[in-house]
Amino acid sequence: MSGLLVDNLSVHRSGRPILTSAAFTLPPGAVTGLVGPNGAGKSTLLAALLGLVPATGIARFEGHDLPTMPRRDRARLAAFVEQTSATEERLSVRDVVALGRIPFQSALFPGDGRADHAIIEAALAETGMTAFAARRFDTLSGGEQQRVHLARALAQQPRLLLLDEPTSHLDIGAQLTLLALLRHRAGRGVTVLAALHDLNLAIRFCDHLLVLAGGRVVASGPPAEILTPQRILAIWGVHARLLHDPANNRPVIVYDRVAPGARLHNPD
Amino acid sequence: MSRVTLPLLVLLLLVSAVAAVTLGPADITAPEVWSVILHHLGLLPESPVSRLRDAIVWELRLPRVLTALGTGAGLALSGTVMQALTRNPLADPYLLGLSSGAALGAVLFLLSGFALLMPLGAFLGSLGALALALLIAGLLGGATPTRAILAGICISALAASATSFLIFWSATGDSYREILSWLMGSLSGSLWSDAGLVGLALLVCAPIILLAGRALDAFAFGDSAAAALGIDVPRLRWTLLGATALLTGIMVAIGGAIGFVGLVVPHAVRLALGANHRRLLPHAMLVGAIFMLWTDTAARTLFDPRELPVGIITALIGAPIFLLVLLRYRRIT
Repeated sequence: MSGLLVDNLSVHRSGRPILTSAAFTLPPGAVTGLVGPNGAGKSTLLAALLGLVPATGIARFEGHDLPTMPRRDRARLAAFVEQTSATEERLSVRDVVALGRIPFQSALFPGDGRADHAIIEAALAETGMTAFAARRFDTLSGGEQQRVHLARALAQQPRLLLLDEPTSHLDIGAQLTLLALLRHRAGRGVTVLAALHDLNLAIRFCDHLLVLAGGRVVASGPPAEILTPQRILAIWGVHARLLHDPANNRPVIVYDRVAPGARLHNPD
Repeated sequence: MSRVTLPLLVLLLLVSAVAAVTLGPADITAPEVWSVILHHLGLLPESPVSRLRDAIVWELRLPRVLTALGTGAGLALSGTVMQALTRNPLADPYLLGLSSGAALGAVLFLLSGFALLMPLGAFLGSLGALALALLIAGLLGGATPTRAILAGICISALAASATSFLIFWSATGDSYREILSWLMGSLSGSLWSDAGLVGLALLVCAPIILLAGRALDAFAFGDSAAAALGIDVPRLRWTLLGATALLTGIMVAIGGAIGFVGLVVPHAVRLALGANHRRLLPHAMLVGAIFMLWTDTAARTLFDPRELPVGIITALIGAPIFLLVLLRYRRIT
């Protein structure tokens, strides 16, 4: 098992570098948190891994080069949950989850077989959306929509699961449930990479962290080693302290104040 | 649900078709219609119907009914696909200027003496209008619903004035009147060859479109979401837009610019069944066929012996519904 190996991955948009020579490896079957300030290039990195934006460099996963492999095969290997994904169409929740079966269906007989139905129902159950299956997607709350997209991604039965801020619209209970679900999937061998803003959640649920700033990977490793007060100050411009949580033997970050002159947002 | 509604619609379509053949100045009964059809299919050796009535059914009404069915199905399919691909609830071959482009192409070929190649001219015209609409919308900064419609208005106006100029320049007397009636949208005088051409266009394009139903659902969340599901977005988009342009071109060459069918029918079906395209596409196709058949039957019987161009009726029904769609989607337009 090789996990994800990324080397020299770069993305330019209108001549401007968005992602510069990213190089890192992700352990297989682990949950990795992708953290960094706004505009650091987190979404771009995720999109580049799936060949959704033009990129140069290598991203190997289980023997395949993700950006250049046949797109159908890639969609069977890797699933993506985008940050915002709304629609005006009158699709039911089950319709949306069923989209996850597209990469597995032949072009000539694109119907859901019995196996597809079972996988769709399982994905709905795992995300707690079974009761919503017949509801119209566009009538759901933002958090519910995010769970439906996660269910759609699970229906792809991916070996690699990429998520762009999957907890952004969720209340704290739903956040913990989702991250526990990702941990459970990782326990079954799925490699998970999730862009997260909440560093405390990242410490608590991730095996591994990848810190992105200004389009560069600036650190990679176990959360407790990566998130030092010095690094939080350097990257987020915030004075923070790390307290020890005796209950699970992990640190807890306490934010004190914004450093003078620190930018709140990267201009983008 | 599709297991019940699709056979029901097919049944309704068959009943409607036979009923429509019986309607008209000459009173013809449904059993007579059946015996004429069976006779011509060689299943009934002797026809109990007089030669004149046989001709009315077989030469006049049946080809017209079939042409109407095919035209409605094609326009409804085109509208559904364009709405999904452009994520634009207002997309319709008529509103985006494809019909006007097709009309210009058809008139150009007709008046330059290539009457037989008229469908080709219409196809080229609708393809050109489509490319121009997307280009203009792109120049305006991306194909939002409003921009696409504005581009469509611009192209329609341009194509319509060029068409009018061509007619003014070269058509005279009867042909002038005939072309004008056709431009307004009319299936008057449809022949078996027209029905055949419409059927052929459907036979080529409908399977391509129906098989893409699942992929069109993936477009609901945008191009990159579709790409992440393994869909070759540019290839699918151009294949489907090409099929749409072909369908629209042929439909316009046969029936002129019949507006709003591609807008009204898909929205009505969506309202009833939701936007799942594997359900929506076949239903829209059947409902479009039935809708077109009855509006055309109304067009030829309401003011008997005079005939109304059917485009007038579809516009009368369609324009208010267009307004309703505008109101419903006012957030995004």
